[in-house]
Amino acid sequence: MKVKMLSRNPDNYVRETKLDLQRVPRNYDPALHPFEVPREYIRALNATKLERVFAKPFLASLDGHRDGVNCLAKHPEKLATVLSGACDGEVRIWNLTQRNCIRTIQAHEGFVRGICTRFCGTSFFTVGDDKTVKQWKMDGPGYGDEEEPLHTILGKTVYTGIDHHWKEAVFATCGQQVDIWDEQRTNPICSMTWGFDSISSVKFNPIETFLLGSCASDRNIVLYDMRQATPLKKVILDMRTNTICWNPMEAFIFTAANEDYNLYTFDMRALDTPVMVHMDHVSAVLDVDYSPTGKEFVSASFDKSIRIFPVDKSRSREVYHTKRMQHVICVKWTSDSKYIMCGSDEMNIRLWKANASEKLGLTSREKAAKDYNQKLKEKFQHYPHIKRIARHRHLPKSIYSQIQEQRIMKEARRRKEVNRIKHSKPGSVPLVSEKKKHVVAVVK
Amino acid sequence: METAPKPGKDVPPKKDKLQTKRKKPRRYWEEETVPTTAGASPGPPRNKKNRELRPQRPKNAYILKKSRISKKPQVPKKPREWKNPESQRGLSGAQDPFPGPAPVPVEVVQKFCGIDKSRKLPHSKAKTRSRLEVAEAEEEETSIKAARSELLLAEEPGFLEGEDGEDTAKICQADIVEAVDIASAAKHFDLNLRQFGPYRLNYSRTGRHLAFGGRRGHVAALDWVTKKLMCEINVMEAVRDIRFLHSEALPAVAQNRWLHIYDNQGIELHCIRRCDRVTRLEFLPFHFLLATASETGFLTYLDVSVGKIVAALNARAGRLDVMSQNPYNAVIHLGHSNGTVSLWSPAMKEPLAKILCHRGGVRAVAVDSTGTYMATSGLDHQLKIFDLRGTYQPLSTRTLPHGAGHLAFSQRGLLVAGMGDVVNIWAGQGKASPPSLEQPYLTHRLSGPVHGLQFCPFEDVLGVGHTGGITSMLVPGAGEPNFDGLESNPYRSRKQRQEWEVKALLEKVPAELICLDPRALAKVDVISLEQGKKEQIERLGYDPQAKAPFQPKPKQKGRSSTASLVKRKRKVMDEEHRDKVRQSLQQQHHKEAKAKPTGARPSALDRFVR
Repeated sequence: MKVKMLSRNPDNYVRETKLDLQRVPRNYDPALHPFEVPREYIRALNATKLERVFAKPFLASLDGHRDGVNCLAKHPEKLATVLSGACDGEVRIWNLTQRNCIRTIQAHEGFVRGICTRFCGTSFFTVGDDKTVKQWKMDGPGYGDEEEPLHTILGKTVYTGIDHHWKEAVFATCGQQVDIWDEQRTNPICSMTWGFDSISSVKFNPIETFLLGSCASDRNIVLYDMRQATPLKKVILDMRTNTICWNPMEAFIFTAANEDYNLYTFDMRALDTPVMVHMDHVSAVLDVDYSPTGKEFVSASFDKSIRIFPVDKSRSREVYHTKRMQHVICVKWTSDSKYIMCGSDEMNIRLWKANASEKLGLTSREKAAKDYNQKLKEKFQHYPHIKRIARHRHLPKSIYSQIQEQRIMKEARRRKEVNRIKHSKPGSVPLVSEKKKHVVAVVK
Repeated sequence: METAPKPGKDVPPKKDKLQTKRKKPRRYWEEETVPTTAGASPGPPRNKKNRELRPQRPKNAYILKKSRISKKPQVPKKPREWKNPESQRGLSGAQDPFPGPAPVPVEVVQKFCGIDKSRKLPHSKAKTRSRLEVAEAEEEETSIKAARSELLLAEEPGFLEGEDGEDTAKICQADIVEAVDIASAAKHFDLNLRQFGPYRLNYSRTGRHLAFGGRRGHVAALDWVTKKLMCEINVMEAVRDIRFLHSEALPAVAQNRWLHIYDNQGIELHCIRRCDRVTRLEFLPFHFLLATASETGFLTYLDVSVGKIVAALNARAGRLDVMSQNPYNAVIHLGHSNGTVSLWSPAMKEPLAKILCHRGGVRAVAVDSTGTYMATSGLDHQLKIFDLRGTYQPLSTRTLPHGAGHLAFSQRGLLVAGMGDVVNIWAGQGKASPPSLEQPYLTHRLSGPVHGLQFCPFEDVLGVGHTGGITSMLVPGAGEPNFDGLESNPYRSRKQRQEWEVKALLEKVPAELICLDPRALAKVDVISLEQGKKEQIERLGYDPQAKAPFQPKPKQKGRSSTASLVKRKRKVMDEEHRDKVRQSLQQQHHKEAKAKPTGARPSALDRFVR
């Protein structure tokens, strides 16, 4: 007879002293882990609920401006430094970790229209309603010195926006035309126009650094190549575009914030159809900024809210609002991709988390749990019960009722179109997709 | 990069040619053999242990039979290493004789893999398809990792083997006790409790605690490993059944009138009057449900975490006193006096299935831990094992002289039957096979008729309650050797138990999710998907996912004439039409192949087959 009994030595399973960690032997045999799917589903449900419970995105409000905040700029090298320009010509530099203002400059008379930092972070440029472009040192003046710009360029017309080249000592301004400036000269290297209208913003492409995009009030978005004397091509939309932002990871993708409450993501190689139409705002979209990962962007709107959109989704993933926040004029996604800043009409700059329920400062165990929960949420995201909880957002009454109203209007329009198709000769009324509907023309 | 050789080809692929040129790595204990062609190499004997994955071994015979799962992880990396053998050499010039990751047995990988590879991916959009493929690859990788972790398991299962020709059933408990170590021998004991009548017993989920209740009111709970008594009371009422709730601190006792819940000191916590005249108790640990079968014919589910009755189902089959749970899907099996076994879930008012098992009443039902087999015994003195995987057909039947009154499965698939004062234990070939009823594995005679049976989880121990008290028997090979510390840990401390309890309560599975297939939740609900699509088309007035008609692209150099455009359009249309016809033909073939009776002579009744 040969016999062996299961006989465990408890010393192998119990910790030796109280200071040790408990021993937890694992066996991944599925027979020992029954109900895998229902249990994971319940875990995912709990994780989703907890995510909503802990969704407290608002971090801080930076007050000090004496007029509405008109423009924001990130420091290229210091995460904690932010620059802002206000409607009374004041520029402030903020420290985000201490949440205070470290420097105040009365830069312009009238609005500060645009602000941008140099790629090295030693100086920054501002344009204002007083028809000047000013370059400032990032560090403040010495004790007893006066606050003075490094350079001042007097222009003939009002400049409405400015952006700096990502690698060279070149910057671009816009106004009546797009001007490309060398930092050393007082005259633009070249000026480019296409039609006669005021251009509201100009942006350099961060990857293909010679490319520029601008948008003007005659409803068009124009693309330029700095190496050529003439613009590349333009697309005309239904309504005016307020600003554009290039995707920092995909050189040919940019997103336009439009007056018709939508955002349009374009592939610059095929402008006739936008890659995606992002709809959720209920008023004009005023500003847009990409996350450094290039997967998401944040948009600021006149409807007193900011929204975060995934690049490949037409609906927003998140909406932020507070009772006190008025029309949001400018928004920026910080370079560590963790926070969002927005400047609004009522003189405040607000700091938000990019992930509403993210816990700051995780230990490694917490991080493992977070990753596991994230995966579960992804796995079960389409289950109706979980989807409903994950999608739920509280909205202020004004936005909520606007959404309802616009839904009704849209439904009526759609119904009318369907009826028209139904009662006309088959094929005579073409079905225009939502993407194609808003593009009027592409000109080369 | 090279891929694995295609099945069904005798020609050794390129990789093997390369190998034959070089000297084959060998283990030091293998004999020197002249490398021959791939197929003809004698190699080690192909027993079960050798069915491992070593891609460099030219043993394509079994690898190719298996699906992609087995070979994929190692194959892609291999060929690159083989192309320049110099790169493998270390500083000393020695070569790694076993390059690459350690081999993983195919069966183990399949145990962990949740994907059915025989099913094709649905024809869907490119994006969805690629996502599915990524998910599949991930699943494969995790299953291989899990399979690899099996090496780390510390314990081996027990066994009992007779020397050549010796019948293990003849070996008595005293012999086993003599042969095994002291710690195991201490697990065999008898509690002589003649006074309070036949006993029912229950082990806690960790296998550490034992509760038993005698017909004449004696209820006790103890840590049976250390033999420390937790409580002992007399409830002054007949005790029908006893069962631990989720932890060892809460035994539930079915007494003559009502259901009572005690704590580990014997203090009565609850008296549940809505469950009256309960005969049998079952606890569903992941749902926190206590299922009670009563004399009045009701099957009642009590949620013990909130204290509410979730469902009270009328079985409409008279007195219920045969009940067991399927641990795989938490379905309750009830045996009835008309020979049927009915399967119940709290989500349904009607039974999920009814199986006619016996002529005459059903005396006992048991389901094994994987939910594959059900053993039943009836008044017709038969013991049957049913397959629960969709067919519900008996796999094996045996007539017993007196019939079995109590049945239980162990974690490793041993079946025990209590017949009068004798218990018989049958074992199967492996872990996943049904117990073969020809020859008992062990038998034992007790001092009184059996009244309750349960294998202790994670131990090679069988607890038997009978008129003379409690007997703890040694059954080598019954228990799962390696427990999972986060699931049920026999050695857990107080803090660990508390933490486990909180987590278990947080992930309590709702009662509505109990159904025959516990993985049904992960399946796509095709019916409502299609219904939704139909509704959307109706609402919109057109199909948004419909394929747009083919529009030929304009071509240069005068090739874009109207005639050529029409020609190109026609070409595409014809191709689509041909595809459609081909598909419908194929479907017809399938139907015909199905309709034909296989192998039998054509019969006149064939015309009625649809």
